[in-house]
Amino acid sequence: MTGAALGAVALAQAHGLGGLFAQSFMRNAFVAGTSIAAASGLVGYFVVLRSQVFTGDALSHVAFTGALAALAFGVDVRLGLFVATIGVGILMGTLGPRGRADDVVVGSVFAWVLGLGVLFLSVFTASKSTGNGTAGVSVLFGSVFGLSAGQAWVAAAVGLGVAGAVVVIARPLLFASIDPAVAEARGVPVVLLGLGFLALVGASAAEATEAVGSLLLLGLLAAPAGAAMQLTTRPFGALALSGGLAVAEMWAGLFTSYAVPSLPPSFCVIAVAAVVYLGVLLGTGGRRRRGRRAPGDGATGARRRGAPYDGNPRTASSSVR
Amino acid sequence: MTIADAGSGLSWNVVGDVRHALDYAFMVNALRAGTVVAVMAAAIGWFMVLRRQSFAGHTIAVVGFPGAAGATLVGVSALVGYFGFCVLAALVISMVPRSGGRAFSAENAVTGTVQAVLLAFGFLFVSLYRGDLNGVDALLFGSFLGVTPTQVVTLFFVALGALGALAVMARPLLFASVDPDVARARGVPVGALSTAFLVLLGLAAAEASQITGSLLVFALLVMPAATAQRLTPRPALALALAVAVAMMVTWLALMAAFYSPYPIGFWVTTLAFAAYVSAGALAGHRRRRARPPAVTS
Repeated sequence: MTGAALGAVALAQAHGLGGLFAQSFMRNAFVAGTSIAAASGLVGYFVVLRSQVFTGDALSHVAFTGALAALAFGVDVRLGLFVATIGVGILMGTLGPRGRADDVVVGSVFAWVLGLGVLFLSVFTASKSTGNGTAGVSVLFGSVFGLSAGQAWVAAAVGLGVAGAVVVIARPLLFASIDPAVAEARGVPVVLLGLGFLALVGASAAEATEAVGSLLLLGLLAAPAGAAMQLTTRPFGALALSGGLAVAEMWAGLFTSYAVPSLPPSFCVIAVAAVVYLGVLLGTGGRRRRGRRAPGDGATGARRRGAPYDGNPRTASSSVR
Repeated sequence: MTIADAGSGLSWNVVGDVRHALDYAFMVNALRAGTVVAVMAAAIGWFMVLRRQSFAGHTIAVVGFPGAAGATLVGVSALVGYFGFCVLAALVISMVPRSGGRAFSAENAVTGTVQAVLLAFGFLFVSLYRGDLNGVDALLFGSFLGVTPTQVVTLFFVALGALGALAVMARPLLFASVDPDVARARGVPVGALSTAFLVLLGLAAAEASQITGSLLVFALLVMPAATAQRLTPRPALALALAVAVAMMVTWLALMAAFYSPYPIGFWVTTLAFAAYVSAGALAGHRRRRARPPAVTS
């Protein structure tokens, strides 16, 4: 990924943006942003595939509470972030049937956790008389230009770790996501994979909080993955494409924000991601409609729609309880 | 029944405490607004939970944030922004084709992206406004200060209209929610009902945002309904129960926020979650005593 970052440096210099990387905050933003985006894109593909966008959303908000709890208790923010997101991720996995949390359970837990975050925010702002009134805002919406070199490299390392873990478990996780029943019969540890995956979502959410903020990281999880799945039906192609798109969108967003200082970087990144997704949706919409008659396409469509995970939570819950 | 010492904090005299709080006009307005919002949010939220549209509801609510921030930026009332953007978001979501099941992944990716980009726009508006950044917290996490009587009236009439519409379409909507295929076969306009319901959901989310802020709307929209559904499978009873729970939660939260240094958002979510969890415990207890097979959700 550093190779890719160096590539971006070369690219930028070729386009006469060399001055950009003379600024240390821009270098740090690129180092951290690239790796965070790659992790988010890869994790996001499975999040979308497993219909767990809502879970990812909830986890991203948990990141807010974790960070503010750490601030309120005077602990390192990063510690609060990771403990909260990974812990809640695993907790949600165990609450829901078969490692997939139920909508209402996720929503309720998430709203309460967010309420706790507000409590910590008020405790933190009340206790610090010096007043860091924008702590809440920077956790919510990120401050990628405010990262120190040390923070950036740690973020890069964690992002790489998450991305690597996703690649390692990609095959069994894909099987378990598309057809959990058959995967289980073939000896794939479906439940364990589900939990492990939620932990990875938690880790990437914690990491992305620093770049785009806890409220916006959902865009980084969902948009590149959604676009990639529109562009190709091949799982591993889509996985790679999702990661690549996320990184490209992160770079484009950082460049834009640098060029137009009144636009915050997290806004730019998410706006670019959304524009790309919209373009892909519009571009492939017609092709899809025309191609629907193709026999192969119809078969995959039917299989996807009939996939057990669609109705599984409900049937599983009624039989378990 | 003596009035508690004016200016003092919480005492053991509950009636006195309530009266003391009601001495303040802003508390009276907040309680009125809270009651209206609780009734509407719980009723519409009950259908939302039944239809498993929590994610859409959450997204619609979140859209209220850029709406309110944008309205502040151009100098209009935040209420206009809430209603305008929430209803618009509901219409947009209803236009997204639902190919396949309700949990179809593309739909979720679209909804998630829409949500993130709208929050990003809210952040952009706030940073362009360059005003008090603490206003962000009020927009996102609610505030019970500064509800004006005009706002209460607006909230009341919008809620009246929305609940009237809901009452008219309640029966077919229930049918369409429980079994869309059979309902469609019997000539129920499932698609139109779905769109109309999403618009109502937009109105409810906009109203609830007044009390809970954009991000904590779940506390009034989902949790009372989920609590009621855990306690009883009968629709009418569950609906009434949801409204009652939402009202209790709102009143207690407003009182707690008045007498404590902690924000309303924390209280409203904590109380609602407590109700949800204890309903779950109660239902579990009841189920263990009853016959083994039991109906859930």
